[in-house]
Amino acid sequence: MTRSVINIQTTPEDHRIAQLSAFAIGLSVMEAVIPSPLPGIKPGLANIVTLLVLERFGLRAAVWVSLLRVVAGSLILGTFLSPSFVLSFSGAAASLAALALARHLPRRWFGAISLSIIAAFVHIAGQMAVVYLWLIPHAGILYLAPIFAAAALLFGTVNGLITANLLAEGEESIPARTPQIQNKCLSRLPPLPLAGED
Amino acid sequence: MLRLIKTGDWLVLLAGMIITAWLFAALWQGHAANKAVVRSGGKVVAELSLSENRSYLAHGPLGTSRIEIRNRRARVAEDPSPRQYCVKQGWLSQAGEAALCLPNQVSLELTGAKKLYDSLSY
Repeated sequence: MTRSVINIQTTPEDHRIAQLSAFAIGLSVMEAVIPSPLPGIKPGLANIVTLLVLERFGLRAAVWVSLLRVVAGSLILGTFLSPSFVLSFSGAAASLAALALARHLPRRWFGAISLSIIAAFVHIAGQMAVVYLWLIPHAGILYLAPIFAAAALLFGTVNGLITANLLAEGEESIPARTPQIQNKCLSRLPPLPLAGED
Repeated sequence: MLRLIKTGDWLVLLAGMIITAWLFAALWQGHAANKAVVRSGGKVVAELSLSENRSYLAHGPLGTSRIEIRNRRARVAEDPSPRQYCVKQGWLSQAGEAALCLPNQVSLELTGAKKLYDSLSY
């Protein structure tokens, strides 16, 4: 009997995406144990990772990390293909679409906090649209919209501040870690503070 | 921390606050009532339009309760019930609001085009 070895060619980018997705998955699993007053209201800490990846590695990587987080996170929590999976998928897809547009805002004035708040609002708007069109086609859910909006505002702002802080720390630590790098292109892409050194 | 917040971030934050406040105002405000329903012993005894100022006398086991309608609002003006809860409730103006005079089995409820959800049944 011949032993077959399957080799999957992986690139450094694949490794990076896997590593970052693992962070995001860990955060969403941690978050799932926090009790919530209303289903659907949670801090969305995994979105910090999505935002960091978007700012550092671009939209493609952010889409990968976000969708891997939704799929793998639901497998771990046992909600794969359940309504709650569909909701987190639609929320993630909606906020990624919003981020794809919002990242073209002039960066001089709009930072990670803007992106985070916009993403949080679009996230809940996408979820409510799915809830209304698919699960509960009743105007009653509109009465919850103000609460969801308030939560999106609060957590969007907090997550944005955390992201902005982590990004700023990453920038400051560049000269200390790699003083020899003079290339402007490289210095604009400092390593993620979360990801550590390869 | 604050220096990380750029000008546009404040604008987005402000826009978020405005949207949230607007949602609260638009979706949580009551709807104006246009009719007062008076019940005695559980049966509807009168449906009064709020556009007309008038008084209505509802009869219950303890005596007569006087319902008063003025300026698109309604109240129980007089009631023989010992504790006078429904009288103390004062003027009702939003659809879904109600005053119950339990000992006299008289109730006053306002209805509108859209019924307001109350926290008990929703």
